[in-house]
Amino acid sequence: MTETGPTTLADLALEIRSKNAGPFWVTMELFLRDEDGYRVAADESFLNEHTVAGLYGIDAAQIQMFRIPSLHVVKISFPRPVSQASLRDRDIHSGQHHVPLALLPVPGTGNVVRE
Amino acid sequence: MDNEPVDFVTVLAPNGMLGAGFPEATIERGLRLGADVISVDGGSTDSGPYYLGASQPKTTRAAVARDLRILLKAAAGAGIPLIVGSCGTSGTDDGVDWVADIVADVQADEGLELRVARIYSEQDAGELKKRLDAGRIHALPPTGELRPETLDNCTHIVGVMGHEPIVAALEAGADVVLAGRATDTAIAAAYPLMRGMPAGPTWHAAKIIECGGQCTTNPRAGGVLATIDANGFSIEPLDPTVACTPVSVAAHMLYETANPFEMREPDGTLDVREAAYTARDDRTVRVEGSQFHVAEQHTIKLEGARIAGYETMSFTAIRDPHILADIEAWADLLSTVIKQRVEQTIGLSQDKYAFDVRLYGYNAVLGDLEPAQGAPREVGVMLLVNAPDQATATAVAKIANPLMLHLPTADMDYLPSLAFATSPAEIERGPAYEFVLNHVVDSVTPTDMFRIEFEEAAHHD
Repeated sequence: MTETGPTTLADLALEIRSKNAGPFWVTMELFLRDEDGYRVAADESFLNEHTVAGLYGIDAAQIQMFRIPSLHVVKISFPRPVSQASLRDRDIHSGQHHVPLALLPVPGTGNVVRE
Repeated sequence: MDNEPVDFVTVLAPNGMLGAGFPEATIERGLRLGADVISVDGGSTDSGPYYLGASQPKTTRAAVARDLRILLKAAAGAGIPLIVGSCGTSGTDDGVDWVADIVADVQADEGLELRVARIYSEQDAGELKKRLDAGRIHALPPTGELRPETLDNCTHIVGVMGHEPIVAALEAGADVVLAGRATDTAIAAAYPLMRGMPAGPTWHAAKIIECGGQCTTNPRAGGVLATIDANGFSIEPLDPTVACTPVSVAAHMLYETANPFEMREPDGTLDVREAAYTARDDRTVRVEGSQFHVAEQHTIKLEGARIAGYETMSFTAIRDPHILADIEAWADLLSTVIKQRVEQTIGLSQDKYAFDVRLYGYNAVLGDLEPAQGAPREVGVMLLVNAPDQATATAVAKIANPLMLHLPTADMDYLPSLAFATSPAEIERGPAYEFVLNHVVDSVTPTDMFRIEFEEAAHHD
């Protein structure tokens, strides 16, 4: 299937995952495919604490970001907005919370054709 | 237990969690390769506060018994210790006794006579309040200061031990150590530290092998073997067809950790900023440069859970395209009418109970964060009610029942009949729990908060 649309972070990554890190933190990792993908994801003018705050409805000041060039990894951690296993928690292991990040369009790629 | 200095120590990690299973051949291979100790994690806070709050294991007894039978026979045959951490999922005293009971059964069945030590990690709220009064309990981010009544409200509190109580049990002659709540790393670090291996490589190796084969190219194939020496450690999978690569090993340092460079243990902090990962061959990785900074104050982290109401669940489903075309309006109407009916029938105001309507197949997982657009083909509607007692939670769910069967949208002039998944529709979930502690206690000694008990030698008739 060929689809026309903006390139997303998922298109540049081997894997994007999220997980609880103890009962009080969520952590997400983007494993980029290569140096080029890493350069895009690690660009602070594109993906930064404010971008993540907007995607997840949290306070930018509470977000920790780690850029690890040797692994082509960007890692993001923040306190769980909803208490684990409480009435409003719909993802006990925070395992599906990577999706809004994975679907984030990469700037300037609106007309790329992808397979 | 032999305490003579050695050049290296080899740790066998069969899998990430006791009861998760592993191929028996991988254990035989680990023994042939010279394992000095077997360490396996029995628990976690990963799946939420229920297991601590209710003091119940997440794993089923048969699965734990299956893994233990293989590991106990392996340890007995090779004459090496077996260390199990966070017994019974949450590491409560019941959890330690539960695993000890399974071990006793296996020993009797197999004619083994291994000496078993139990390390209890459960904490008394009264004792902790004294330490709180003395200013010896501190909050970890993002949690606030601890109030004494929070300690009183917990159904169970555990302290998360480091390697020291495990070393104490080994030095006192244990063949099998069944630890209550322990850091995931302490169970693998204890024996190498006891034999004089350096803290940096030992704690780093312990972190990398905590989930067994997760640091390999195929986590489903079984566990790993780590060999720690004076300068670093090397690691290889127990299945010869699987590989550890520098990336697979380094990537595991990121897993389930908020900070990928530092990890706090009771007696200090592992620092892997300068660690270098190199391929020694096509399936073995060598790691050097790991540091460990000993803390000025030894601390023990606390975990505690309390009851946060009682829950009742109900589940219906919608396939009607007309309702699905504006499912949010229907869900809003459902919520509004439930609140009205609850007030009318049992006189309960909205601040006395709570419920969540989750639209599975539409946005139940991510809620307002959901980026996708468009109408779904079918939607499962879960109603989850929380109230101060079970009877009230169930009463609310029963009041919602006719609405979940027949609630029309505002523009329908007939009553639809929706698809209930079960009858009766209401499922009583019992008490709901929440984690309320994220604090550390200044230790008096590294072992003073833990109690070690030895079992009498196994009796065989």
